[in-house]
Amino acid sequence: MIRHEVFEKNVLLLLVGILIVVAIGGLVEIVPLYTIESTIEKVDGMRPYSPLELMGRNIYIREGCYLCHSQQIRPFRDEVERYGHYSLAAESMYDHPFQWGSKRTGPDLARVGGKYSNDWHVAHLDDPRSVVPESVMPTYAFLNRPLHYDDIADHLRTLRIVGVPYTDEEIADAKADLEAQAKPGADTTGLLARYPKAKIGDFDGNPDSITEMDALVAYLQMLGTLVDFTKYNPDYATGK
Amino acid sequence: MNAATNAGAAGATPYDDDVIRLFMIAAVFWGIAGFLAGVYIALELAYPALNLGLEWTSFGRLRPLHTSAVIFAFGGNVLLGTSFYVVQRTCRASLWGGPALASFVFWGYQIFIVLAASGYLMGITQAREYAEPEWYADLWLTIVWVVYLAIFFGTIVKRKEPHIYVANWFYLAFIVTIAMLHVVNNLAVPVSFLGTKSYSAFAGVRDAMTQWWYGHNAVGFFLTAGFLGLMYYFVPKRADRPIYSYRLSIIHFWALIFLYIWAGPHHLHYTALPEWTQTLGMTFSIMLWMPSWGGMINGLMTLSGAWDKLRTDPVLRFMVVSVGFYGMSTFEGPLMSIKSVNALSHYTDWTIGHVHSGALGWVAFVSFGAIYFLLPKLWGRKEVYSLRLVSYHFWIATIGIVLYITAMWVSGIMQGLMWRSYDSLGFLEYSFAETVAAMHPFYVIRALGGLCFLAGAFIMVYNLWRTARGDVEAPAPLAAAAAAGR
Repeated sequence: MIRHEVFEKNVLLLLVGILIVVAIGGLVEIVPLYTIESTIEKVDGMRPYSPLELMGRNIYIREGCYLCHSQQIRPFRDEVERYGHYSLAAESMYDHPFQWGSKRTGPDLARVGGKYSNDWHVAHLDDPRSVVPESVMPTYAFLNRPLHYDDIADHLRTLRIVGVPYTDEEIADAKADLEAQAKPGADTTGLLARYPKAKIGDFDGNPDSITEMDALVAYLQMLGTLVDFTKYNPDYATGK
Repeated sequence: MNAATNAGAAGATPYDDDVIRLFMIAAVFWGIAGFLAGVYIALELAYPALNLGLEWTSFGRLRPLHTSAVIFAFGGNVLLGTSFYVVQRTCRASLWGGPALASFVFWGYQIFIVLAASGYLMGITQAREYAEPEWYADLWLTIVWVVYLAIFFGTIVKRKEPHIYVANWFYLAFIVTIAMLHVVNNLAVPVSFLGTKSYSAFAGVRDAMTQWWYGHNAVGFFLTAGFLGLMYYFVPKRADRPIYSYRLSIIHFWALIFLYIWAGPHHLHYTALPEWTQTLGMTFSIMLWMPSWGGMINGLMTLSGAWDKLRTDPVLRFMVVSVGFYGMSTFEGPLMSIKSVNALSHYTDWTIGHVHSGALGWVAFVSFGAIYFLLPKLWGRKEVYSLRLVSYHFWIATIGIVLYITAMWVSGIMQGLMWRSYDSLGFLEYSFAETVAAMHPFYVIRALGGLCFLAGAFIMVYNLWRTARGDVEAPAPLAAAAAAGR
């Protein structure tokens, strides 16, 4: 039997011992998530974010929305009735970082896309209590300012480094795609071919400029809308 | 100036205490800032107009400011400062690398805090709870942390005691594990080396697991192992009794650090994380109850033969009650990690209440105890300016905690039940907005609890200020007070 004294008298042994002991749990829980194929289901419809959606998502992150809104519907009767189909791992496969959240001071947003009109979202973000009197959400009227997106291609390029399959074409056209999605009447055939189901339009009712509000609403309006659940079979998807 | 009073037991070892004084001042300063931010965002939830419509003062930006200020700025400065104090005394050696390297760690750590906090206000965040600072701040912290580890490790190497004291095992586990968690969880690629934005190396379910492996062990190693280091030095010192059981401390140490790391998935119950991982996380979280209570028993039983001191010594009372809160929240934690309990508690204020019974009751109370113990020693005084004020601080803070956690229990369980409530026709009984409206009274009570806690901290600041100045409160003996009352 090893006497504990050896650890108490040799700080290097103590350090190595600690490192080994604390490494095990993480290795066992994290590494298999990369090796077990059924971890992320096979589904139809998932695609990387369009440039405008991505910018909207970055505003969602910047404002700390995840601190009060989850994006993860649990498989309970009440949650499925309230929010929609329970969330799949595949639905956040391109999320760097994930935004599942840990607290619902406000409702879950995993499938908020398409539930309300653009006008509702803008009114709600401008002044939440004008549409939901009980709300305790801060006002986000300051988002009605121009969106900075000159470096949008760099964002796509960086995401490609960490594993999001953006093509060269998507990176080259990123800026044009972003503008096309927010401007009514623009030619969107290329955009829709690259990003199927992308919501197009002047989201904030101000056609003169592309604002942070446009980007955030574009993101909210696509949340949870990509996966085609008519074709979803849980057993097939997880390889059973 | 204090070198003489702080000389080692052998009388030959001058300790580096200047930097520890700085750490104590910083801890108190950031503590006030963090408590203040907490009270403010609590009030924002009760009265949303306080968000002021400005981006810098909205809840989403201030909440990370609050959590980081209390955990990393207040807690961190307490941990770094006390670890330097304890390691020198228990090794009878001055800090490895000398005062210059130690002050690099001090100032480097404060720079990290300012980098992180200023980023939050400007919306610069990785959106990873308790790991919000962006890549540039993370890199800087890594450098500071490696130097910190080197000083701590080097000081133990040059010790004059044959054995490494228990408190140092816990401090070492805290430093090493936090380094591992920090480096892995913050792996990211910046968009530009001149910009602040980065994208995490992980995505979706893997990112969730990595983040909560980090997140739960920020609790396990920053807020638990590190502060157990405090407990193992300051409780026996103040009670003037040896640790209850050396054997228990060995078992509890290795079991605690081994089991804690597995507990992360209980933050992801019923999510898209595979079921096997959730079950593993739950199982280890429940097992974690045992070493946690092993630590609590070891701390509390150290009072054997000295329980009477609780009546006369409010500083010891802070420490002992903190261990009690530690026991309570480490019982509540495993309970909440059971999947069927978690189904109700998750996403509600119950979690917030649980965190605060640990953060206020355990972390802050043991820190207050250590600060009240250390400050007179570091400034060369016999005792704090006023034990009576320490006692006031203790009671007002305790009332604050009780208000806080009971309000959150009620609001959390109530909201969880309202979400899942069905009417007789089989429809969901409450809209989400109705559950928000039902929270309001509890948000007000919670803010009130926070205000009490903050008021207590201000009493502490006054008391410490007078202590540092060398004042001693004029004795107000009970007899005199009683006579005056008659």
